[in-house]
Amino acid sequence: MYKYDQYDHKLVNERVEQYRDQTQRYLAGELSEEEFLPLRLQNGLYVQRLAPMLRIAVPYGLMSSTQLRKLAHISRVYDKGYVHFTTRQNIQLNWPVLEQVPDILAELAEVEMHAIQTSGNCIRNTTTDQYAGVAPDEIEDPRPWCEIIRQWSTVHPEFAFLPRKFKIAVCGSEEDRAAFLLHDIGLQLVVNDQGQTGFRVYVGGGLGRTPVIASSIREFLPGEHLLTYLDAILRVYNRYGNRDNKYKARIKILVRAWTPEVFAERVEAEWAHLKDGEATLTGAEIERMKGFFTLPTYQSVDKAAVNQQLQSLAEEHKGFGRWLDRNTRDQKQNGYASVSLSLKPAGVAPGDVTDRQLEIIADLADRFSFGELRSTHNQNVVLTDVLVSELFELWQLAKAAGLATPNIGTINDMICCPGGDYCSLANAKSIPVAEAIQRKFDDLDYVYDLGDLELNISGCMNACGHHHIGHIGILGVDKKGEEWYQIQLGGSANKNAALGKVLGPSLSRDAVTDSIEKLLDVYVENRLETETFLATYQRIGIAKFKERVYGTGA
Amino acid sequence: MAQVLKVDSEANALVHDDQWQLVADDVDQLPSGDILVPLTVWQQNADQLANHSGAVGVWVNGDEEIEAVADALTSLPLIAINFPKFVDGRGFSVARLLRDRYGYDGELRAIGHIIRDQLFLLKRCGFDAFQFDGSVDLNEAANSLQDFSDAYQVAVDQPVPLFKRR
Repeated sequence: MYKYDQYDHKLVNERVEQYRDQTQRYLAGELSEEEFLPLRLQNGLYVQRLAPMLRIAVPYGLMSSTQLRKLAHISRVYDKGYVHFTTRQNIQLNWPVLEQVPDILAELAEVEMHAIQTSGNCIRNTTTDQYAGVAPDEIEDPRPWCEIIRQWSTVHPEFAFLPRKFKIAVCGSEEDRAAFLLHDIGLQLVVNDQGQTGFRVYVGGGLGRTPVIASSIREFLPGEHLLTYLDAILRVYNRYGNRDNKYKARIKILVRAWTPEVFAERVEAEWAHLKDGEATLTGAEIERMKGFFTLPTYQSVDKAAVNQQLQSLAEEHKGFGRWLDRNTRDQKQNGYASVSLSLKPAGVAPGDVTDRQLEIIADLADRFSFGELRSTHNQNVVLTDVLVSELFELWQLAKAAGLATPNIGTINDMICCPGGDYCSLANAKSIPVAEAIQRKFDDLDYVYDLGDLELNISGCMNACGHHHIGHIGILGVDKKGEEWYQIQLGGSANKNAALGKVLGPSLSRDAVTDSIEKLLDVYVENRLETETFLATYQRIGIAKFKERVYGTGA
Repeated sequence: MAQVLKVDSEANALVHDDQWQLVADDVDQLPSGDILVPLTVWQQNADQLANHSGAVGVWVNGDEEIEAVADALTSLPLIAINFPKFVDGRGFSVARLLRDRYGYDGELRAIGHIIRDQLFLLKRCGFDAFQFDGSVDLNEAANSLQDFSDAYQVAVDQPVPLFKRR
């Protein structure tokens, strides 16, 4: 993974001191609430319903065991002994004290971490595929490019006060695991006829109040031009994005108002001035970055023997068999697997992990995964490069720590925002809804029979829980001061990204789980062979589902 | 007299007494002395301004299209960019256009609502003078010009990206 040099260390340390001074001036009354607000946001600090919340950047989801141990330490000393994994692959502390945040940031800097630009109207953390580097369908490892973008975007002098937040995702594989079409900029790595690496550039995707799937504005951008092209897009947005109404300020609104064609022309016109300038990437720099993301030394493995051994263990231990099925994936490297540690056992807020669990994950990473781990946008943790012959041992250790719930990709692996329990923006709670669903669908045979099913819950229309792109999406709404829930069907973050359709009038919290059960019944009754919930929905449409939940004639 | 924080060519920050008079949008009669007029006033009163006894500078808002008039602007001794609110970042882009694209080398001043915590970024985008509205200890604020000792990106103050220097 990327290793800081003296420049990176110095910048992050200077940022800590800058923010320490800002905090002191704020506490001394020299910096107004209004002026302190964007400064603290750009250092990750929100003020929430019950306490401040600090969002720590995990660049493109990659972390070392050393970093994880530091997070465990921070959560113990400065917080309540647990952290939350977010849908942007970041980590949040729910109970820090404003006065101590500079000290927390200083501790993070010791392990090459920071909270720079994890909030506010600026360029946020760049996200990518949690299986980068090991996915069998990978075209090229996106992480060197993500790190190039991270450095370019960090304390960018021109784009620190944009009309609104700005999110970039990079997709390096055939299948999309980064929801890149739902980002302000989505970059898809492609190789052209001449064997040159570059990007197909999409802009204007996003969730929130106005969900939009991004539009392509350039078929092929050679890799070396990445930064000048990003500068051009951001400059056009910075100058012409709406600044009067925060609900119309995302780039998607500008792209839609101008049309993607016109937007592309404006970007190209701006880029004509920047192209081939000093910021053009050099081959040496691209190679330097690639040098940080080398693969470990793999052993050669007798796959047939190992598979036989696995199979007999799976037969002997039903739980292991299930876990193997749901929580592990093949890698392009023979004899190695990627393992998802589920952060979604029933009864725990999705994505929450204790300090002790963080340390256990760090130990597991050291033992099985070359000391590295990845956070996922589904709010789980992935260990890559695990020897298949060691999976059983890993399963036993993970299970003892409550990290082996075999529910990855099932209805119980839901994406869920912190909701009304924590968030001051929320209209409704989301965690209790998630828990009720997990408790209702606790029969694992039934859950497996349902197969791949993405259920996403947001407590308000800002859509942090990605409800628009869940196969089943649940949105908390406020109805005369009461919490109600709207259900959407058919969303998808895959390559053929789709936004969910509203099923019907919103429901009370009590009615949500029963309605989900009815939707699942319709699926089970209508599916063909191995068809997934989403595929059945796409084939039969929304009417039957609607009828079952609301009754005929609704 | 107003005070302005200026950065000289050796990157020294000094507080100066300022003689420029800011002319608002709607003005019937121009004051005497050195004046800083809005872009629209400057465009519509070229003849009158040509005969003005003092020096003439122009201030622009972040949402104004400077492209059409950039060549004429760059001969001015002073261009100011107005920040209606400190979170309105358009002025950062306008500054870079004036410096990088149109080669403006006169004084580029940030006016309106700016805060000291923006000074490092403003300086990187080509501003070399800062006029705060409200009372600010400029000598104290000048410390924020040094918040960082280096940066990753190309900008007006450092045209070579860090990746070519590390």
